[in-house]
Amino acid sequence: MNQILAVLADGIIYSAWLFIAAVGLTLIYGVMKIVNVTHGSFYALGAYAGVSLTGAWIARGLPVEWSYAVLVVGALAVTLVVAPLIERGILRFMYARDEVVILLITYALFLILEDTIKLIWGVNPYFAAEPYALLGSFEVAGLPYPTYNLILVALAVVSGGGLAWMLQATRVGKLLVSVIHDPEVSRAMGINVGRYYLFTFTFGSLLAALGGSFTSPTVSVVPGLGVEVIVLSFAVVVIGGLGSLPGAALGALIVGIVRSICVHHAPHLELFVIYFVMAMVLAFRPRGLFSLAEPRKI
Amino acid sequence: MNQVKNVLACAFVAAALAPAAALAQQSVKIGFVTFLSGPAAAPFGVPAKNAVEFVTDELNAGKGPGAYKTKGFGGAAIEPVIIDEAGSSTTQVTEFRNLVQRHNVDLVIGYVSSGNCLAIAPVAEELKKLTNFFDCGTPRIFEDNDYKYVFRTSPTATMDSVGAALYVKEMKPNVKSIAGINQNYAWGQDSWGDFEAAMKQLVPNIEVKTSQMPKLFAGQYNAEISALLSAGADVIHSSFFDGDLEALILQGGPRGLMKRSMTILTTGETAMHKLPAQIPDGTVLGARGPFGPYAPDNQYNKWYSQGYQKRFKEMPNYASYQMVQAILGVKLAWEKAQAANGGKRPTNEQVGVALENMTFEGPGGTVRMANGKGHQAVMETVYGQTQRKGGKLTMVNVRRYPAEKVNPPASMKAADWIKSGFKSN
Repeated sequence: MNQILAVLADGIIYSAWLFIAAVGLTLIYGVMKIVNVTHGSFYALGAYAGVSLTGAWIARGLPVEWSYAVLVVGALAVTLVVAPLIERGILRFMYARDEVVILLITYALFLILEDTIKLIWGVNPYFAAEPYALLGSFEVAGLPYPTYNLILVALAVVSGGGLAWMLQATRVGKLLVSVIHDPEVSRAMGINVGRYYLFTFTFGSLLAALGGSFTSPTVSVVPGLGVEVIVLSFAVVVIGGLGSLPGAALGALIVGIVRSICVHHAPHLELFVIYFVMAMVLAFRPRGLFSLAEPRKI
Repeated sequence: MNQVKNVLACAFVAAALAPAAALAQQSVKIGFVTFLSGPAAAPFGVPAKNAVEFVTDELNAGKGPGAYKTKGFGGAAIEPVIIDEAGSSTTQVTEFRNLVQRHNVDLVIGYVSSGNCLAIAPVAEELKKLTNFFDCGTPRIFEDNDYKYVFRTSPTATMDSVGAALYVKEMKPNVKSIAGINQNYAWGQDSWGDFEAAMKQLVPNIEVKTSQMPKLFAGQYNAEISALLSAGADVIHSSFFDGDLEALILQGGPRGLMKRSMTILTTGETAMHKLPAQIPDGTVLGARGPFGPYAPDNQYNKWYSQGYQKRFKEMPNYASYQMVQAILGVKLAWEKAQAANGGKRPTNEQVGVALENMTFEGPGGTVRMANGKGHQAVMETVYGQTQRKGGKLTMVNVRRYPAEKVNPPASMKAADWIKSGFKSN
C-alpha cells in the first residue's frame, strides 16, 4: 500500500510539472494552429527571470516568504515583454503561411532566444534554492516530500481549471472558442481575431514562463533548460491530442504515473517508457486521446 | 596594364601577410576543444577555458613554475584556438578536421565527452595530429585500440569508481547494501558498472537495492529520490555531473537523502563551490583525482590555484586542473623532443615519443603515462566527506589511494582487473 501511495505521489507531482509546461503549448496550438517550439524558450526565460529576481530579493534581505510572489512577477515581466514582441513583430505576418513554415520560424526563434539567454545571463548556473525548502515537508507513505511540491500541484490545478473556466464561462472565452472553430467567420462577425491571437500567444507563453519560474528553485538554471521541456511537452500534448485541454491533463497524468511506476519498479525502462506510451497511443488513436473531429471545409 | 596591376596587388598582399606567416611559424598553434555552451559549459567547459587563458598567458610571459619556466613551448609562444565542443560527435569530427586542415593547428588538447573522445581518436590517428584528451573518462579508448598520436593525461573513470568503492569499504566496513543513481548513457552506466563490480569484490554478499538510470539532463528527480529513500540502502552512488548533479543535491537535500544513506558523488567537487549551503554534512565528494580541495601542497598547485582565484575570483574546479595538467604535460614533452632534435622545432611524432611513458608533476601531483602503452595517465585518487565549519564547507575524513590501487595494470582491461579482485597481473 505504501508503495502504491509513493508511486501516486511521485506521479502526481511529475504530472503537475508536465501539465504546467505543456498546457500553454496546447492552448496556442488549439487557437492559432501553431506548433510553437518557442514555448521551451519561454520556460527557460521564466526560469532565468524567476531565479534572478528571487536571488536579488533574498540577497537584499527581504522576506523569503514573498519569494513565491517574486517568482510570479518574474514570469509576468519576461512574458509581457517578449511574447507580444514575437507575436506582433514576427508571427502575425506568417499566419497565412503553411503550418510547417511557422513551425520552422518558431524553431528559429527558439535558437535565437537560446543565444539571447546566453548573452544576458552567460553560461554559468543560477540558483535560488530558498523557496524550495522554506515550507518544510510532509510525509506520504513514510517518505518526506517538500511542501513546495504542493504549490506546483496547485499551480497546475489553477492554470488548468482557470483556463477551462475562462473558455466555458466567460465572454472572452466564448469568443476565443469561436476563433478556434473558424477565424474567418469570427472575423466576419466582428471579432478582432488578431487581438485574440496576441492574447492567446501571450497567455500560453506566460503559462510556460510560470512553469519555468516555479521550477527554478529545484534545479540549476543553465542554458539548454528549455530543450528537455519542449520535447516532453510535445509528447504530452500529442498523447492527449493537439489543442485539447483535457487531453493535455490526461496526457500529463498518464506520463507522470507510468514514469513513476517504472522508476519504482523497473528503473531500466524509464528512459523509453514515455515514448512507448506515445507510440502506443498514436498507433490506436493517431490524433491523440482527445482529438476533435475536424470539420471538412470546401 | 591590368596584368601589372594584378602583379602589384599580389605583391602587396604577400608583403602584408609575410610577417603574420613568420609569426605563425614561430608560435605553437594549439586547438583547444571544450564546452562553451550547453549544460556542460558551466561545470567543465568554462573552467577549462579559463585554465587555457590563464596558463597560456603565464607560459607565454615565462611565468610558469618549476619545470615549466621556459617561455611558451620551448621558447615559441602558444597561440590558442578555442572551439565549442557542443553538438553531436559527427559535428565534433568535422570541427576537428577544420582545426587540423583549415586552422593548421600544431596539436589539439580537449574533449570532455567520452563519446566525442571515442569518435575523435581514430580521426586524429588518420590525420596524424597529436591529440591529448584532457577530461573524458571512458577506459575504452586505449583498451580497444592502440594509437600513436592520441594521449590522455587524466585518469579514467575506473579510478573514480574503484576509489569510491575502497572509500565506502574503509569508512563503512559493515556496509550491506548499495543503490545508485546515474545518467543513462556511457558515462553513467560505466561508472555504476565499475562501482557495483568493485563493491561485489570488496563485499561479496553486498545487496544492490536499486539502480536508477534517469535520462541525461532530465532535471526532475522526485520519483528517483523516493525510490532511493524507499530502498534504504547503506550507500548511494552517483556519477551525476553538471546541472543534473546540482538538481540532485537541491531536490535530495531537503528530503534527507544524503542523511539517510551515505551518498558518494564521484564528481561532486564541481558542486561544492556553487552549492556549499545545500550539500549536507557527511556527503562524500570525489574530484576525479587529486584536484581542487584534494590537490597537493606543491609549487604547481600554489601557482595555479592562487593565480586562478586572483584572475577569475573563484576556486578552480577539477576540470580546470585537468586542462592545466594536459597543457603542462604536452609542453614538457614538446621541450624534451625539441632538445632531442638539436633545439629545432619537433614534429608531432617526436613529441609523441617524448610523451609516451613520461612522468611529470602538475598541480594535481605526479602524473604517470603508464597505461595504454604509455598513452594513458594514472594518478592517485582522493575522497572525503563534507563538514561545515564556521559557515564554510570543508572536507574531512579524507583518504588518498595510490595510483596502483585504483588503476588496472597496463596489461589488463579495467573490467577484467576488477573481476579478478584487483590482481596486479
